[in-house]
Amino acid sequence: MSVKHALLALLEKPRYGYELRAEFEQRTGASWPLNVGQVYTTLSRLERDGLVEAGGTDAEGRSLYQLTEAGRVEVKGWFDTPVERTQPQRDELAIKLAVAVAVPSVDVGKVVQQQRNATMQALQGYRRQARSGVADDLAGGLVLDRLVFAAEAEIRWLDHCEARLRRAAATSTAPEPTGGGGR
Amino acid sequence: MSEPVLRLTDVSRVHGTGAAEVHALRGVSLAAYAGELVAIMGPSGSGKSSLLTIAGGLDSPTSGSVTVDGQDLGEAGISGRAKLRRTSIGYVFQDFNLIPALTAAENVALPLELDGAGRRSAQAAARTALEEVGLDGFADRFPDEMSGGQRQRIAIARAIVGERRLILADEPTGALDTETGEDILKLIRARCDAGAAGVLVTHEPRYASWADRVIYVRDGIVVDEAGETPGALLVDEAGA
Repeated sequence: MSVKHALLALLEKPRYGYELRAEFEQRTGASWPLNVGQVYTTLSRLERDGLVEAGGTDAEGRSLYQLTEAGRVEVKGWFDTPVERTQPQRDELAIKLAVAVAVPSVDVGKVVQQQRNATMQALQGYRRQARSGVADDLAGGLVLDRLVFAAEAEIRWLDHCEARLRRAAATSTAPEPTGGGGR
Repeated sequence: MSEPVLRLTDVSRVHGTGAAEVHALRGVSLAAYAGELVAIMGPSGSGKSSLLTIAGGLDSPTSGSVTVDGQDLGEAGISGRAKLRRTSIGYVFQDFNLIPALTAAENVALPLELDGAGRRSAQAAARTALEEVGLDGFADRFPDEMSGGQRQRIAIARAIVGERRLILADEPTGALDTETGEDILKLIRARCDAGAAGVLVTHEPRYASWADRVIYVRDGIVVDEAGETPGALLVDEAGA
């Protein structure tokens, strides 16, 4: 996740560090909290790389940062390029289930059920957030939708895993030979 | 905790006999309390719709008992169950089940009129219910003059008219797009927040997440439950 590019894009309007953090969190429905140290570290790297520059101070004397021309080009490039999907991030849940299938002492069905409950509870949490008004803000609402869709997809996939596991168990009453790896 | 609006106790339902015997439900117990929405999920053929039809008195269990508002459906008899369906239980189905020859208001007023209410008071209640689901101004339209989302709103108005305490919804969003489906769930949720008990059968996690509790049914038994639970059920399945 490119926090660097998101912060850079939000500097379309000159801002100071705390303001930039607040803007990021508000826009993303507070889904990925940043600490202000992280924001200032990122800003100094962006300044070093010539993508932002000091933009004077505001009425209260706070130092503002603004985009340079190179920064604008970088932001445009970010929006013009789709997020990489060819190398999916390491997915702990997929790895856990794959390993669970291969380890005879693990009750895979239980692993699936526990995860599905946890994900359903997360989904219920997003729902409560939406009902509390987070989704009223367009940007916050879009982020929340993203989380809802992802949780929904995970639950569907877990249902699918459960169905496959049951089918596999039904077709082979004898325990599978080790080394086959399951599916 | 007070008495639940709906209670199923050890309910089983067997269709057919001998080799053709099918166990749709096997010893299911569940309760839905006033103000609560319970979602039921499970694969096709898991028994979730059977559970709903038995909860609403449209079918009877082979064994076990069902009470709605403290009244035992088995003891109520056919006419008692029919009365409960007209007065206490509201249904919402996937395919709306509206009568095409009746206007929106007439569809909604029908259960009240069947229950002996005067035409004028039934119509007034129907119009109030239609307003509640955002269909003010549509009372005199016929179902086929309205969109799928609007038709489902009529069905919800029919399910809530006359202060029904139990709302049973079987895949109410099945024929609708995501956004319209969300609107329908909002209405059902609002009714539960106002004091009804709701049971929602769905295979869509996003709609189930509107519920306080999500119950998973498989092969006719409750296998799992997620959410804030008054007494969680976790029945271990002895492998088939």
